[in-house]
Amino acid sequence: MTADRSPVLSVRDLSVALPPGGDRAHAVHRISLAIHPGQTLCVVGESGSGKSVMATTVMGLLAKELQPSGGEIVLQGESLLGASPARLRALRGRTMGMVFQEPMTALNPVMTCGDQVDELLSTHTDWPAGQRRAEILRIFERVRLPDPERMLRSYPHQLSGGQRQRIVIAMAVVLKPALIICDEPTTALDVTTQKEILRLIADLQREQGSAVLFITHDMGVVAEIADEVLVMNQGEAVESGPCEQVLRRPRAEYTRQLLSAVPGMTPPAAKPEFTGPVLLSGQGVGKTYGSRDWMGRHRATAALQNAQVAVHAGETVGIVGESGSGKSTFARCLIRLIDPSEGQIHWGGQEVATLPESRLRPLRNQVQVVFQDPNRSLNPRRTVGQSMVEGAMNFGQSRAEAEALAAELMAQVRLPVEALQRYPSQFSGGQRQRLAIARALACRPQVLVADEAVSALDVSVQAQILNLLREIQGRLGLGLLFITHDLRVAAQLCDRVVVMHQGHIVEEGPTAQLYAHPQQDYTRRLLDAAPAALPPLQAV
Amino acid sequence: MTSLASKLLANSAIRFGAGVLGLLIGVALLAPWLGTVDPAAMDAGHINTPSGTVGAFALLDGSSVAHTFWMGSDNFGRDIYSRVLYGTRVSLLVGLFTAVAALLVGGTLGMLAGYFRTLDAVLMRFMDGLMAIPAILLAIALVAALGAQLWTVVVAIAVPEIPRVTRLVRSLVLSLREEPFVEAARALATPTPVILWRHILPNAMAPLIVQGTFIAASAVLTEAILSFLGLGLPADIPTWGNIMAEGRVQFSQYPGNVLYPALFLVPTVLAVNLLGDGLRDVLDPKFAKRGAR
Repeated sequence: MTADRSPVLSVRDLSVALPPGGDRAHAVHRISLAIHPGQTLCVVGESGSGKSVMATTVMGLLAKELQPSGGEIVLQGESLLGASPARLRALRGRTMGMVFQEPMTALNPVMTCGDQVDELLSTHTDWPAGQRRAEILRIFERVRLPDPERMLRSYPHQLSGGQRQRIVIAMAVVLKPALIICDEPTTALDVTTQKEILRLIADLQREQGSAVLFITHDMGVVAEIADEVLVMNQGEAVESGPCEQVLRRPRAEYTRQLLSAVPGMTPPAAKPEFTGPVLLSGQGVGKTYGSRDWMGRHRATAALQNAQVAVHAGETVGIVGESGSGKSTFARCLIRLIDPSEGQIHWGGQEVATLPESRLRPLRNQVQVVFQDPNRSLNPRRTVGQSMVEGAMNFGQSRAEAEALAAELMAQVRLPVEALQRYPSQFSGGQRQRLAIARALACRPQVLVADEAVSALDVSVQAQILNLLREIQGRLGLGLLFITHDLRVAAQLCDRVVVMHQGHIVEEGPTAQLYAHPQQDYTRRLLDAAPAALPPLQAV
Repeated sequence: MTSLASKLLANSAIRFGAGVLGLLIGVALLAPWLGTVDPAAMDAGHINTPSGTVGAFALLDGSSVAHTFWMGSDNFGRDIYSRVLYGTRVSLLVGLFTAVAALLVGGTLGMLAGYFRTLDAVLMRFMDGLMAIPAILLAIALVAALGAQLWTVVVAIAVPEIPRVTRLVRSLVLSLREEPFVEAARALATPTPVILWRHILPNAMAPLIVQGTFIAASAVLTEAILSFLGLGLPADIPTWGNIMAEGRVQFSQYPGNVLYPALFLVPTVLAVNLLGDGLRDVLDPKFAKRGAR
């Protein structure tokens, strides 16, 4: 921690040029940083900020189209920018350990986990096979993988996401590197797993005295682990300094915005019970997927069992749960995108669970949906205008009426009317999500189902979309069913929250009450695992 | 759209393929005006002459017209140059029609199989059966059964290609129907035929076009093979295949009858294949980085 010790990694005035014709000249522009042994530097920024390009430059894994155009990178006194590929290969694994976002793609799917770690060890050391094996078992134990002997023989697809990430971390730290580079290592994981992985990285760092360069978009994660913070935007350093200072007394306006966009865990004050009509409800909804094993015997997998929910006019109901909890299956049954195996579903007063598609179609305007991935929720081959009038025209409006409505909706989601002529690829992720909301509203629905509608967006954009949803709901008195894995987002928006786990509803209640006094163990664990609340901002 | 055109032209494979193909189309269209005579006309006085010989064709009114055999004449005294140029028409038409027919039928079946799960099992088992028969045997059997005409040859070559197109389209539809924009269209109550036409087909078009060019290239070859085996178009319609077939008996003495059509056939197939490769590189982003740059 002392400043007189020389830094493990220092980056000075690093610039990486983008190929000509991009939206800016540099992916990374004059970035400087230094990390001392035993310290964690978090580089935080939204997508496109250049944080990942910076990390890959340090690793020497930059794509061919990108070239460092200035500055220097020094790792333990050795300059990396001029180093030969062979030298960089020798350094990676030995002196720099790397942990990537998606453990499935970071591991070779046709090699056992043991072999992959062994390959690394035999490349960098001259240990005999027995010693390598003992070392692998030791490190598997250390990263708290259950049953290390079995892990040795397992293929990546046989493990859970969290276990795979532990293998990747084991590979990163097994040679006790001086620097560990983590590029969004927990973004693809569930919150409860994220918590454990963050703790593991911190423990290993303390043990080995390594320096950690940690890339993330999540301010909550920063608050949890960072000693130093570097905030990046558009390839430039916005602000850097000790964690405490950056989070509580940010100097730059951009940091301030970023921090204020992070949703907190405090739910809104409880509203009175909603007594309006029930617009969307499900009772005893279940979905079973059937498959046959090699003997031809029928095997059923229940993705969803006995789930119920009711959404009143003007009410926002959240369904929260981790991946595999059945929350999306439930939502898709409720909008009849998949057929439920059992249970009743009501749209307004109409029971629709078993209606055939032809009888369902005239009712579909009542319930509309917004999906997670803004890049895929609009047909790339059709203009925004064409997508926008489709719903209204399906419900009997003339083209002129539908176009007038589309123009009006564009104003509601704060996009220019000219945008109707353009194709989805010409919009940013946040804008596309606005378009998807506008398209859903064009049918004049009574209930809007948002399936992870803000999960793929940057925090600042996420905050805007949440505000937009809140505003639209207030104006139109819609029922909103909001599916999310993020408890912080649910806290911001939802009047009532349903917690799901392994296909079952675990707990349900008004948001404030459920967050303050969770009744079930699982809910409590989920709440504990949510990234730390940010310290309050201090006035400048 | 202009940006797509410039992207296409930036690809050297596309430039070359399209250029050669354009030249051949020009030759096919302008065949009567490129110094040719009636490809069936015979000059009994000049049989199996070497290239450059000047001969004369007797006209119906008793007069005769002088003609230079640029590529020599065959064993009936017909002008090989004229026959090869007119043969270009048939070869290109067979390539085009076969590709269009295979894409239309295979595309429709593939969309149905991919979107309607109940139809899938039946349709695809039938396609598996069709695929189990060697393509050229199936084509020979079909031509033998239907008789040799332009359309029967096209059908005979297209039918064995249909299962491959169906499989391709089916797999594209299987992944496209799970796309959020297709699900959103279902939620918007868009009727199923409209979903297929408006949301699924346009997004499956790029691989289809590429597959079409490969079918066209192999159809040109297959037509030549069928003609060569005597199962293609009747001898009075010159095609590259039947010109070569007629020349093969005296290939060692008079190779021109085989070589000149081959000289056209090879670059045609090469050009269409290159065009297909180039289109795949440009239209399919997954291949873009491995392109010929």
